[in-house]
This record gives sequence, C-alpha cells and structure tokens, in this order.
Amino acid sequence: MTDLTSLTLAEARKGLADKTFTSLELTDAHLSAIEQARLLNAFVLETPDRARAMAREADAKLARGEAGPLAGIPLGIKDLFATKGVRTTACSKILGNFVPTYESTVTSQLWRDGAVMLGKLNNDEFAMGSANETSCFGPVGNPWRREGSNTTLVPGGSSGGSASAVAALLCMGATATDTGGSIRQPAAFTATVGIKPTYGRCSRWGIVAFASSLDQAGPIARSVRDAAMLLRSMAGHDPKDTTSADIAVPDYEAAIGKSVKGMKIGIPKEYRLDGMPAEIEKLWSEGAAWLRSAGAELVEVSLPHTKYALPAYYIVAPAEASSNLARYDGVRYGLRESAKNIIELYENTRASGFGAEVRRRVMIGTYVLSAGYYDAYYLRAQKVRTLIKKDFEDCFAKGVDAILTPATPSAAFGIGEKGGADPVEMYLNDIFTVTVNMAGLPGIAVPSGKDAQGLPLGLQLIGRPFEEETLFSLGEVIEQAAGRFTPARWW
Amino acid sequence: MSVDATTVRRIAHLARIAVSEDEVPHLQGELNAMLAFVEQLSEVNVEGVEPMTSVTPMQMKKRQDVVDDGGIADDIVANAPATEGHFFLVPKVVE
Repeated sequence: MTDLTSLTLAEARKGLADKTFTSLELTDAHLSAIEQARLLNAFVLETPDRARAMAREADAKLARGEAGPLAGIPLGIKDLFATKGVRTTACSKILGNFVPTYESTVTSQLWRDGAVMLGKLNNDEFAMGSANETSCFGPVGNPWRREGSNTTLVPGGSSGGSASAVAALLCMGATATDTGGSIRQPAAFTATVGIKPTYGRCSRWGIVAFASSLDQAGPIARSVRDAAMLLRSMAGHDPKDTTSADIAVPDYEAAIGKSVKGMKIGIPKEYRLDGMPAEIEKLWSEGAAWLRSAGAELVEVSLPHTKYALPAYYIVAPAEASSNLARYDGVRYGLRESAKNIIELYENTRASGFGAEVRRRVMIGTYVLSAGYYDAYYLRAQKVRTLIKKDFEDCFAKGVDAILTPATPSAAFGIGEKGGADPVEMYLNDIFTVTVNMAGLPGIAVPSGKDAQGLPLGLQLIGRPFEEETLFSLGEVIEQAAGRFTPARWW
Repeated sequence: MSVDATTVRRIAHLARIAVSEDEVPHLQGELNAMLAFVEQLSEVNVEGVEPMTSVTPMQMKKRQDVVDDGGIADDIVANAPATEGHFFLVPKVVE
C-alpha cells in the first residue's frame, strides 16, 4: 500500500469510498506520522483515542452508505477553536488547562460531515504573531529548510502549527484563523494552500477572539481542491454569531476546473515595493502569465491607500484585542495568581499569564482607546479603513474579478531572526495580506514557486465579497502551472 | 506622539497588567516604536470620511426576546480557579 499520508484529501475520499483502505487505517497512518514528527512541535495536544473512535464511527457510516462529505478524513485543529472536552488554550499560559464545555461552530460542522480530529495545533499566543514564536508551547519548525542548511525556519504565523502539520503530511488538512494574514502567510511559507474567506462566511462562535472585526476562520490544505472541500463544511450561517452571513454556501469544489477565460485580473502597482526581492517580482510576473495563458485579461490597477493598511491595522487590531482580552481576569477560568485584593489579582494574573507580545498589544490597544487619544488614533484608523475598502470597491466597480499579488515579501526565515529589537520588523510580514482583512474580502494563498535557496513562495488572489469560487478557479490555474511542492523529510 | 515612563505605568494599570520598574524602559521603547510606525496615518486626508463601523454592509440581526439558553451553571463554573457552589470566589472586595 502507498503511504496513506501522502494522499490529498480528494484522493483519500476516493480511497475510502472505494474501500481501498479504512478511515482507521488512514487515521493510524497520520497518528504515527505525528508521533515521529514531535521535533516540529506542530501539535500541542494529540488526541489518538478520540481520533480512533471517530474513525471507527466514520467507517461504520461509510459501510452503511451514510457518509458525510468529509467522512473519515483526519484533520488537525488550531488551538484557537474550542473543542468540547479537549483542552483549548490559544497557546497562552493564561488559559492554563481550560477545557471547553462547548464546541466551536466551525469544528462542529466538520464533525457533522464526518471528519476525524487528530489533535490541537500550535499557534502564536492568541494568534498574535507572524512566526509562531509567541506560543507558550514554544516555536514550531517549518518542514522546509534552505538547501544545504540545517537551520530550522519558522512556518509563519499565527497558524504555524496548521501549516507545518499539513506540509509535513501529519494531517490531511487543518483549521486556521486569519486576522491580518495568519492563514495566507504560513501557507506561503510552507507551500500549502490557505484561504481566508469573506468576513462573515464562517461563524466566529467558539473561536478564541483576537480582533473581532477582522478575525475569520478558514482551512489550510495540500491542494486548492482540498481547501474548497474543507471550506464548504466550515462555512455557513450561524445564529450564534451576529456577523455571520445568511447566504447559502455554494459547492466550492464545482469551481475547480471552471474556465477563467475573460476574467479581468488586477495587478496593483502599490504592491511593487522598493527593495522587493527579484525572485518575488519574477514569481508575480509568472503568475500573471499563467493566468493570461488560461484566457484571463491582466490589467494594472491602483489601490492608493495600501501603505496605510498595516499602520491602521496596528491600531484597530490591538484596540479590539485589549477589549476582547479583558475577560482573562483570573476569576472565571484559567490561571490565577495570588493577591491581597481584586485589582492586584487581575494585574498579577495578567502579567504572568500573557506573553510579551500579547502584553505589548493589549497595552497599545488600551492607549489608543484611552481618553484624549481615541480620536487621534482609533477614530482616524477607522476612517483610513473606510478608504482602504473604497480602493477595492473602486477597482471591482471597473469590472476587475480578482487581484493578483505576492503573498509575502520574503520566504520563511530562521527562528529568532526577526523582530527582536523592533516589533515592527515582524509586523511587515503581513504587508500584502492585511489589506484584505481591513476590507473584509476573501484571499487565497497558493504555492507558486521556490526562491534561490529552495524555499517555497506563494501568490495571493483577492476576490470580491463572497466570491470565493472565483479564487478557487483562479487558484487552481496557478496550481496546475506551478505544480505541487513537498519538503524532503528531515524530522 | 510618544509615551514617557509615567504614561507607560498608567497604561499598564488601565490594562490591569502588573509592570515592574525595570520593565518600564523596555516597554516604553517598544510602545514608542509602534507609535512611530502608526504616525504615518496623520498624512492621510480623512476630511469627510466616515469611520468604518461594519466591514460588510449588513443589518445587525435581531433575535426574539426569549430565553433560549441557560440552566448550565455547572458548565459556567467548570473551569474557574476557585468556586463555592455556583459562585466564583475572589479576594474580599468590600471591607
């Protein structure tokens, strides 16, 4: 039998339907791959017993012909999703040994459709980070290394565990979340496919909140088709999230292979940065050429407020985070430090429970919302956000169907290499992805090539609201042209 | 704009995060680096621009004013560090 972990999700679905193998065999293959890959630190909690029980149940349903669309498919779950009876920490010490008594809407839909949970995946603490280095469980290793080098690189973040596990063939797909690039940047760093859907497409209920007007869940997968299959199960209206969109979920997989002939693709001139590596520039032109040969029309577009997206984000996101994270008070759940009075209890608990990056962002958020500074910072940032969204609307009004950009300004870097002296150095990773969150649009990162050191690079496609199908059609054109990339095993 | 050491202590207290004296200079540097970065927003002309309140043009949904959940006190206190019955325990707040 071929190695079951190397199948795509679509191939595994066929194998299960044809009874070539069982879900239990598929699940066991992944559980043993996880055991052998602990060096990567992608999983913060392995749930083998639960996985096998879910696999047996899926096998029974497959035998009875009652199988859901993801029956028997083993997945990893980012530790930001509440899983009933299974420890959920957002990779923060402050949540300690938190065991939810409820299940997030997104994961409950995956189980409804028959998927199997292998365990919980590492991420940056409260999803704040671009390298998965802020996790209280320690950094995650990228399965990719520079050619001829033994240096361990970061997988990107905040969904670093999700991206690393999918790339290293430890799970067939993973849930992830994206507030400023946390699905697309790690996908680009690991040669996986990641899609952040339109704001409101997936329910945020039961996902640990970071910045509520920007947070969206989405999948990381090994192919565009696999991502489409996962998103179909994850998406959908949920009365428990008032910002969740009451719009029917299309069959995203049907968009794969659909002609892109006549589609108008925008190339935004503001994304051409000074000092951008020549390889990224080259990859971007190649991507445009692939879409052109598939019949799309390429046009230059302008998104004049692009450069203000990242600074506006670093006001809006910390402001919302400071408010969301006020709930971690040492009283209702998680860590509690001893104190003489209630104020000290809050202060001591939050000082020792939050890591440095989280403390910094909560403090900046508190400052920009404080009396006398609200107008200068927060209100101004929300006005700039209106302008950023308008840039995209103007562009789509001219008939542009999607926008093509690089996914990241560089390939993966070494652990500890960035952001040590100046936090802003790390924040610049999200320069191409953050605009999409600010405007609430869907964006997909697709592996597109390698740099001179053999590290993967990705391209991003940005779509109109709720037109994820267009992104899947275009993404598959890039995937077909670029091919798929698998790292050589060293772990 | 930049923050001084007194402001750093004030923000820390507002955020309910204990900060020791030797952490202040470091935090001050980091917060000022972030403030310097966002300073470029002041060059944007926002005259007459509405601040964003919702990223998608949707009406806030309303639900029936009925009780549709509850009776789960055991669940609510299940993860609390200190409880008595269905109550959270905290240090004495009223003398």
